[in-house]
Amino acid sequence: MKISSSENKTLPVLIFWILAGWVGFAVLPWYGVEDGFFSFDWVFDGYPMDRDYAPAAFLLAQGKNLWLAPMVFALLAPLLVLRLKKSDPRYGAILLAVGAAGLAWLMAQGLAIGIRGWTTDWLGLAFGPLDSRQYGMGYGALLTASAFLFLFTQGLAARGAINGDVFVVSAITGVIAIVAIFVFFPIAKLMTAAFIGDDGSISILSFLAKFGDRRIWGLGCFSGGRCGAAWNSFFLAIIVATITTTMGLVFALVVTRSGFKYKRLLRALTVLPIITPPFVIGLAIILLFGLSGSITGFFADVFGVQPTRWVYGLPGIVIAQSLAYTPIAFLVLIGVVEGVSPSMEEAAQTLRASRWEVFKTVSLPLMRPGLANAFLLGFIESMADFGNPLVLGGNYDVLSTEIFFAIVGAQYDQGRAAILAIVLLSFTLGAFYAQRFWLGRKSYTTVSGKGDSGVHPAMPRGLAIPTFAIATIWGLFTVVIYGMIFYGSVVEVWGMNHELTFKHYVTAFSFRFEDSGIRWSGSAWDSFWTTIKIATIAAPLTAAIGLITAYLLTRQNFAGRNAFEFGTMLSFAIPGTVIGVSYILAFNVPPVEITGTGVILVVCFIFRNMPVGVRAGIASMSQLDKSLDESSLTLGANSWQTFRGVVLPLLRPAILAALVYSFVRAMTAISAVIFLVSAEYDMATSYIIGRVENNDYGLAIAYSTTLIFVMLSAVLLLQLLVGKIRIGRRGAGREKE
Amino acid sequence: MLKVRSKLLLGALSLVASGTMAQADGKLSLYCSAQEDWCQLMARSFEDATGIDVNMSRKSSGETFAQVKAESVNPKGDVWWGGTGDPHLQAAEENLTEAYVSPMRDQLHDWAISQATSANDKTIGIYSGALGYGYNADILAANNLPAPACWKDLLKPEYKGHVQMANPNSSGTAYTTLATMVQLFGEDDGFDFMKGLHTNVNQYTKSGSAPIKAAARGENTIGIVFMHDAVKQAVSGFPITVVAPCEGTGYEIGSMSIISGARNMENAKKFYDWALSAEAQNLALEVNAFQVPSNKGANTSESAPDMSSITLIDYDFSKFGSSDERKRLLQKWDNDVSVLPQ
Repeated sequence: MKISSSENKTLPVLIFWILAGWVGFAVLPWYGVEDGFFSFDWVFDGYPMDRDYAPAAFLLAQGKNLWLAPMVFALLAPLLVLRLKKSDPRYGAILLAVGAAGLAWLMAQGLAIGIRGWTTDWLGLAFGPLDSRQYGMGYGALLTASAFLFLFTQGLAARGAINGDVFVVSAITGVIAIVAIFVFFPIAKLMTAAFIGDDGSISILSFLAKFGDRRIWGLGCFSGGRCGAAWNSFFLAIIVATITTTMGLVFALVVTRSGFKYKRLLRALTVLPIITPPFVIGLAIILLFGLSGSITGFFADVFGVQPTRWVYGLPGIVIAQSLAYTPIAFLVLIGVVEGVSPSMEEAAQTLRASRWEVFKTVSLPLMRPGLANAFLLGFIESMADFGNPLVLGGNYDVLSTEIFFAIVGAQYDQGRAAILAIVLLSFTLGAFYAQRFWLGRKSYTTVSGKGDSGVHPAMPRGLAIPTFAIATIWGLFTVVIYGMIFYGSVVEVWGMNHELTFKHYVTAFSFRFEDSGIRWSGSAWDSFWTTIKIATIAAPLTAAIGLITAYLLTRQNFAGRNAFEFGTMLSFAIPGTVIGVSYILAFNVPPVEITGTGVILVVCFIFRNMPVGVRAGIASMSQLDKSLDESSLTLGANSWQTFRGVVLPLLRPAILAALVYSFVRAMTAISAVIFLVSAEYDMATSYIIGRVENNDYGLAIAYSTTLIFVMLSAVLLLQLLVGKIRIGRRGAGREKE
Repeated sequence: MLKVRSKLLLGALSLVASGTMAQADGKLSLYCSAQEDWCQLMARSFEDATGIDVNMSRKSSGETFAQVKAESVNPKGDVWWGGTGDPHLQAAEENLTEAYVSPMRDQLHDWAISQATSANDKTIGIYSGALGYGYNADILAANNLPAPACWKDLLKPEYKGHVQMANPNSSGTAYTTLATMVQLFGEDDGFDFMKGLHTNVNQYTKSGSAPIKAAARGENTIGIVFMHDAVKQAVSGFPITVVAPCEGTGYEIGSMSIISGARNMENAKKFYDWALSAEAQNLALEVNAFQVPSNKGANTSESAPDMSSITLIDYDFSKFGSSDERKRLLQKWDNDVSVLPQ
């Protein structure tokens, strides 16, 4: 019964994809339309005969681009399958072969033939010179490629992969395909670019020469000179990670193990780094500690010392990054510190250990994985940070900014950028791998589900006093910094004229009513709306891909699951500047030619933020009992119906969280974005950087403040919504856990 | 199924018969290498003046050169406007740009035309800017420092930690500084100057105009930059004094070229002529660009440095713009200057 029903249901899917393949090949423009993905001028502009807009079939009919012809066979062959039964072995075999062959040919021709004919010399030698050329793929190629991909997965399913479940096989293959195109392909391009010498040939020697550069690996700082960017980044990351971990622990202890009254306030601080545009803290620090900063000026007056530029360089970056990333460490550690079972500590106390001994020998060792986790997170964040070194770096060169200036500056050296990116990537991947390797094997579980009603003992006094002192100072400092940001946005010119004014807000966000509606005359509106638009498009896509991946990881068993998980989480460890450079290298040329469009920004955000969606999905999906899915499947639903009808509704909180998080991240991202923006698609953060470059601090800070409030309301809205959603019949008690 | 599909194809084919070829007039693709707001203003004003749709993309002159070179078989851009002259000259040398003699030439300064003649009419000067420096008068006074007037003044020990310039590896401005010193004092003395300067420099910034911006904000005292960048800060109300060094100084010529094989050649020439007119060059003042315009009739700002009062050296653009010489000088600076203790 079940078999026949699934056979009837699969057929429409098959027909759909065969049709889609033909539509892509014969109806839609094969190549990318120059005016943009979402513009439809081409419909009236010479379609379908004009070379630039013609579908592949029309090109072939005119005798052009003949290398597209073999795909006709791959599109015709699946028609044979329609007459076969699904159980026929030829059914699966044909689909597999057709999908694989079509896709392979599509990719091969796309990579082999570019704007200037053959993309590599040996192809020209082998097949003779080629007069024609082709641009980046467009709607047609995209649709046909998807058709091949899903014909392939239907073949796989028909051969019995994952119990012949077409939805699961397609989902897995689909995720693999897009991760391959948008994560692995750019990274591979980056690796290749690092080996290309000045004369355009591939050589290991030029790689080694550039790689061994003194400006990357020099150790001159131990002998009075300067160190290379790699070491600078490394030292900085170690210092920052140590400080943030310590501070995070201090805050976590204050919240869980003391009588501190305003714990909610402290928790609220953790939201700050998520909603703060990346370089705002750096600006505030300049306003406080710079040569003309208010604190510097105060000390100069009181103690009669000459103000110096001490803040530019390592000290400034350390302060800014510590401020920015301590809340992240706090967020990680609070769970761990709370997770240490009180019964362990009580047992130790019963055995007459002093409070200090309990802390030192029981609590602290049990927090170790959390500490390691927090340290590595701090390390990765510091390495990847771009905004703070950009404004505070002084002569202290770090990898992330060096990459940027290798691309945008007068040197315009993509090879050097690629090499620096590889160095940076090895550091962060190393940390990422260490984290998984080190933490994956030990068990630190102490909460076991049995009666566990104890309370955490308070900290020993010798620890409590310094902890409190540090937490208070740090908290005050944070408040001052954010106060500074707001104050800076309402004064005329910081450091010169402190008259209060709203002029920066007016310049940025003025609008007026006209006959034709509201006219957004402020200078910031363009980038503001673009940012909102791009973030709004990217957020649901990120959530969707993240949740589907999470569903596959928690609910399905398939070969290579671990590699699959690693691949999808990988983009978390790739710093934004590396993503930016690799996207330029990979997507500036056919077959996927999307630089300068809005599409590349959307794509970039999806894959930057996907790991968060995956994590959120996994976390809430592992709370849902598998028996729910099983009963749905037993009642005859297929896996797609189960996913849609059972799993998805239960996941609403996770979906919302992923949505808001990716929305907010898209608004604050800078490191990757700065490579990918164009005049038409300028983002808020790159606009602000531009203002900073122009010495227009007032406007930059006013814009940042506005962004902070916009994002704060997004986060609060989420809290409100998620707080109200009650899932199914589960009691409120379970919910609180 | 097959029937449905073939009908679809038939329908599509009949569409072909009635389809007409696209015409691509009324468009201009502009590559712009000046500051963003200036680029925008130029593009919009040209649209207003002619009704031609401008598709502008802004990239640094180095990037634009790389792009024009990459697209040379299938050019997508029509005109390349703005940015320092070296990459324009290089593009001319590699035949990436088209020779054109504009009827507007008789309205231009000599230096703009000599830029054109040295490149066989494949590029032309649209503005020029002289190198110099600016200082924050308030900070100078607070530190009881004398006002500098010459390049050599910057070597005095009392300015230690007060001078900022960009890194010649990442900034064209700083490379111009290096090349100017070599031409002004000779190679050996020029490098001695750079070494002396090195002890006084507090930071080598990445971007060329950053030193004077830091000085404007009070985060630095003296910034070595193009004078028009310093003027811009002074006009914005910062306490910046602009200095044209007494020994004489180098300069850049912002250039414009038509890309060889442009798809909209007629419109490209229209833009070229328009961009050389006094009316178009006056737009610079609206966006606080204080470079000296190449059209004799164009307005210059009162705050802009008076080019006639500045001693300009005979800057050898073809020699110091060539990539070999550039690489050699930068290497030498890297090895002999940047590693010295400060």
